[in-house]
Amino acid sequence: MKFLDEYRDHCAVQRMAQAIRACNKRPWTLMEVCGGQTHTIVKTGLQELLPEGITLVHGPGCPVCVTPVEMIDRAVAIAKRPEVILCSFGDMLRVPGSTHSLLDAKALGGDVRIVYSPLDALQLARSNPTREVVFFAVGFETTAPANAMAVWEAKREKVANFSMLVSHVLVPPAMEAILSSPHCRVQAFLAAGHVCMVMGFEEYLPISQKYHVPIVVTGFEPLDLLEGVHMAVAQLESGRAEVENQYARAVRRSGNRSAQERISQVFEVTKRAWRGIGEIPSSGLRLRQAYRPFDAEVRFPVDVGRVEESSECIAGLVLQGQRKPYECPAFGTRCTPDSPLGAPMVSSEGACAAYFHFGRGKEDGVSIVSIATASH
Amino acid sequence: MCLAVPGKIVTIVEESNLGLRRGKVDFGGIRKEVCLDYTPEAGLGDYVLVHVGFALATVDEQEALHVFEALRQLDQLEELGEATT
Repeated sequence: MKFLDEYRDHCAVQRMAQAIRACNKRPWTLMEVCGGQTHTIVKTGLQELLPEGITLVHGPGCPVCVTPVEMIDRAVAIAKRPEVILCSFGDMLRVPGSTHSLLDAKALGGDVRIVYSPLDALQLARSNPTREVVFFAVGFETTAPANAMAVWEAKREKVANFSMLVSHVLVPPAMEAILSSPHCRVQAFLAAGHVCMVMGFEEYLPISQKYHVPIVVTGFEPLDLLEGVHMAVAQLESGRAEVENQYARAVRRSGNRSAQERISQVFEVTKRAWRGIGEIPSSGLRLRQAYRPFDAEVRFPVDVGRVEESSECIAGLVLQGQRKPYECPAFGTRCTPDSPLGAPMVSSEGACAAYFHFGRGKEDGVSIVSIATASH
Repeated sequence: MCLAVPGKIVTIVEESNLGLRRGKVDFGGIRKEVCLDYTPEAGLGDYVLVHVGFALATVDEQEALHVFEALRQLDQLEELGEATT
């Protein structure tokens, strides 16, 4: 496919890896923020193409992974109501809550459905006027325009049986939380390209300056990721700390203005708890007062107590780049995708699941680089 | 979850009564209906990046070539280096 295959070209990828080796003098630790980037890196074995001193650690950019257990419990409780059709993206269904996942709720008789788009959930509400359709809206800034549009449309068309359980999170506050931790290992970021496609990258300028850290807005294909690494390493080697844009074919400095306008019409910034990390101020979105009638938390009040996480799971440390998945004693034994202790083992974008599926363990030396050769 | 896939716009429907701009986008042979409301600048034949049914950016075809130009320059620098040694 155009604008995909050429960025997976084996020769171009090898050439970019060579350019990184040529400019690299000292060891550096870089974090790719987005789970989609983690998936590509682990799947294609990009780490093995890098000089030994360059370490990629994996960031918190997996919405499914950071959705708090309490929110999943809330979704499960709502899904069990007989009048409700609960919809979400497929990844959400298998994430363990404190006792059940949404898939368990479905097995117990709940009407739980997977949708591709929040507009599909809205369509379900239109065609099932006697049922209550609840969309479990998780995601980062990339998904916010779609979810905002669904609520905006519901209000405009007066689709009264539609509501949204919102667990939206924002990337820049999480990057700041990681940088301000005393255990922070991250010396440069590959910022999440599609988040920036919506929001632009101006809000990263003060973060880069304050923490003196290079931030390179980066795409998702192997060549994008290696060019992002090259740009970040070049900055680190020369002592610069700037915001640069590797993904200029999709990302403009101020992002997508009309999408931002719709987001701010519908949502406002609020504090959010991140699973495994804790509460981060101003790190999420909730519905504005005018859209509160479409808030499933208001429509279906549920009493969920505080929940203790599995004490064995180190997901929080993995999500902050402080540990690799294989450093967890439960990895691949007591925690597998079929029987996960933590969310990063569930989502295809979770670092633990990626390491499990693509066989990246501690003893993994030179592994097979499975980058597809492009067909031009 | 932040996956966005590039596809080519093959039809556009302006639904004035609904206020939403929609179209069909071709992803290597698979066509899907996509909301084009956030990319008012995108026309027929343009490539857009689509996430959960919404086009969120038009692909800048000039910028898309940039990395290959950078690789060519690296090759030329290397050849120059080899020629002078």
